[in-house]
Amino acid sequence: MDRAAAEVARFPAGHSTARNPTESSPAAKWFAGIVVTIYAVITLIPVGWIAMTSFKDVTEAVAYPPVVFFEPTLEGYVNLFTTRTRATPEYMESLPPPATWYDRIVRSRNMVIAGPSPFAGRFLNSVIIGFGSTFLAVFLGTLAAYAFSRFRVPLKDDLMFFILSTRMMPPIAVAIPIFLMYRQLGLADTHLGLILLYTAINVSFAVWLLKGFIDEIPREYEEAAMIDGYTRLQAFVKVVLPQAATGIAATAIFCLITAWNEYAFALLLTTRTAQTAPPFIPNVIGEGGLDWAAVSAGTMLFLLPVMMFTLLLRKHLLRGITFGAVRK
Amino acid sequence: MQSSVPAARLATHAVSAGLSDRVITWLFVAPTIVLLLAINIFPLFWTVCLSFTNFRANQPGRAVEWVGLANYRSLFDSDAVWSYLQNTAHFVVWSITLQVLIGFGLALLLHRQFRGHATLTTLILLPMMLSPALVGLFWRYLFDPQAGIFNYAVNYFGNFGTFSMLSSTKLAPWAIILVDTWMWAPYVMLLCLAGLRSVPPYLYEAAEVDRASRLQQFWHITLPMVMPLLMVAVLFRAIECFKVFDMVIELTSGGPGETTELASLSLKRAAFEKWRTGYASAFAILLFVVVFGASNLYVKYLNRVKSR
Repeated sequence: MDRAAAEVARFPAGHSTARNPTESSPAAKWFAGIVVTIYAVITLIPVGWIAMTSFKDVTEAVAYPPVVFFEPTLEGYVNLFTTRTRATPEYMESLPPPATWYDRIVRSRNMVIAGPSPFAGRFLNSVIIGFGSTFLAVFLGTLAAYAFSRFRVPLKDDLMFFILSTRMMPPIAVAIPIFLMYRQLGLADTHLGLILLYTAINVSFAVWLLKGFIDEIPREYEEAAMIDGYTRLQAFVKVVLPQAATGIAATAIFCLITAWNEYAFALLLTTRTAQTAPPFIPNVIGEGGLDWAAVSAGTMLFLLPVMMFTLLLRKHLLRGITFGAVRK
Repeated sequence: MQSSVPAARLATHAVSAGLSDRVITWLFVAPTIVLLLAINIFPLFWTVCLSFTNFRANQPGRAVEWVGLANYRSLFDSDAVWSYLQNTAHFVVWSITLQVLIGFGLALLLHRQFRGHATLTTLILLPMMLSPALVGLFWRYLFDPQAGIFNYAVNYFGNFGTFSMLSSTKLAPWAIILVDTWMWAPYVMLLCLAGLRSVPPYLYEAAEVDRASRLQQFWHITLPMVMPLLMVAVLFRAIECFKVFDMVIELTSGGPGETTELASLSLKRAAFEKWRTGYASAFAILLFVVVFGASNLYVKYLNRVKSR
C-alpha cells in the first residue's frame, strides 16, 4: 500500500435515511440470504471436515469413500502428543493392564507409548514467540503512533511511508541476510531471534493501525490533564492509554494472529529449540506416510484460537486488513 | 498538526514539568525506526551487495568474488526463471480475477442486509485468518484422490472418474488458485462491502428521479463509487499473491514437475537448498523491483481513478 492508496480508501460512512431507495425488496433479500448461506456452508466444509477428521481413527481418516458417520475417538490427539513403538504380541501380553485411557487407545493398535512427542513444546514456542513479539510490537507501535499522532515529527509523512513500505518487501528478499546475520549473532533457532523478527514484521502494521485509533481520541483530554499539572508522559499513560485500550487490544490480536500464522521464517531460521507449530505440524508422520488424523488434530488445536480471536475482532477486521485506512 | 495557541503554551509548560515534547518524540519513534532499519533495510542492502557476488552461505570459508552482473545475466538468460514467472503470473491473474468476481458478488448480496447478514459475514471471513501453511496442508488432504472429499464431492455431481488435482499437470495450477480464492475472496468482499456502504443514498434517490434503470444505477453510481476500494483490494491481493509461499509449498511444493513452481518457491530453493546465495539474492532483488515498480505504477493509475 501507499499513502495515496490510504487516502483513496478514506471515505465518509454512508448515512442511512428513512426512505432508502437502495432498500431491497423482500424477495431480493431472500434470494441474497439463500445464496450467501450456501456459499458460507460450502466455504466452511473444509474446516468442518478437518475438525471431523481429527476425531476419526487412523484408518477412518484415510478410508475410501470418505467416512461421514463414525464413532469419535481421540486417537488423533493421542498420536499428536506421543511417540509410539510397535510391540510384539508376547510383549503386549506381559504388560499390566492399561492404566489410562490414552494407553488403552494406543495398545488397541498393538503399540506402546514411547514418550511425549515434540508437539507440546512446539505449541508452547508458538505461544511464547507469538505473545512476546505481539507485546513488543504493540509497545513500540503505541509509542511511535502517539508521537506521530500528536507531535510535529520531522519528515512525518516520509517516515510513516517508510514504516509501511517495509511491509511490502517479499520476506524472502531479506531472508538470506537475516539468516546470515542470525547465524553470526547466535540468534538462529532462538526464541529471541524469532521474537525480534516478528516484532519487526508487525510493528509497521501496529504503528499505522494505532495512529488511527489515537487520532480519534480528542487531544483536549490530555490538554485538560496537563493543565491539572500532569506532565506529558503522565497524560499519555493516564489519559491516552486507557482511552486507546480497545484499539490497542484489537491491534494486539492482529499482531498475534500474524505471528502465530507465520511459517516461512520459522521454517528457515528454526530447527528445534525455537521451532513453532506451523512448520512442525506438516511433519507428524505415522506408519506409512502422514498420520492425517493426528495432523488434523494438530491443525484444529492450532486454528481454534485464531477462530475465537476472529470472532472477537469482527468489528475491527476491515480496519485491520487495510492498515487502518478504511474505518467503516 | 499542533497549531492551536493553547497547545503551544502547554508545550512550554511541559518543558518545566517533565521531558520536553521533542525528547518524547524521539524517545517514542526511535526504537521502531531502529528496529526496522536493522531487520528490514540493512538486510535489503545486504541482499543487493550479495547479488553481485558468488557467495555461498553453506561454504562460509570460501573466498568471495565480485562477479558484477553475472548473476543477473544468468537470471535473464534462464528459461526456467521465465517459466516460474509465467506460473506466478498465471496464479496472480486468475486468483485475483476469481476473488474479485466472487468477492464483489458476495458483497452485493450481503449489502441487501437480510436477516443474519452480520453473522454470515463473520463466518465467511474465517478462512482468511487461518495459517496459510496449514491451509495448504489440509487442502492437500482434501484433494487426495482416495480419502479426500473434494474428488468425492465433484464425482457426486457427475462422473469424472478418478482424477488427482495435485498430480495432474493440467489441474495443479488450478488447485492453488482455488485454494487461494477460497482463502481470500472474503478479503475482497470485505473491502467491496465498505465501498458499497460509502455510497450516499441520495445518489440513488436522484437516479430514481431521473428514471435510471437498475443496471444504469449500478454502472454509473455503484461501480465508480466502489472502484477505488476494489482497486485497493486488488493491489493488496496482487502483492500478497506475488509473494505467496507458505500455502503453495505445503499444498503442491511446486509439483507435479514444476507446474506450480512459483517464483517465491524457486527463490527459496535457490537460496536455501541449492545455496546459490549470490544468484538467489539477485533473484530476490528482481522480484522486489517487480513488486515495487508494478505497485507504484498501479497506485499512479489508482490516483487517476480517484480524481475522476
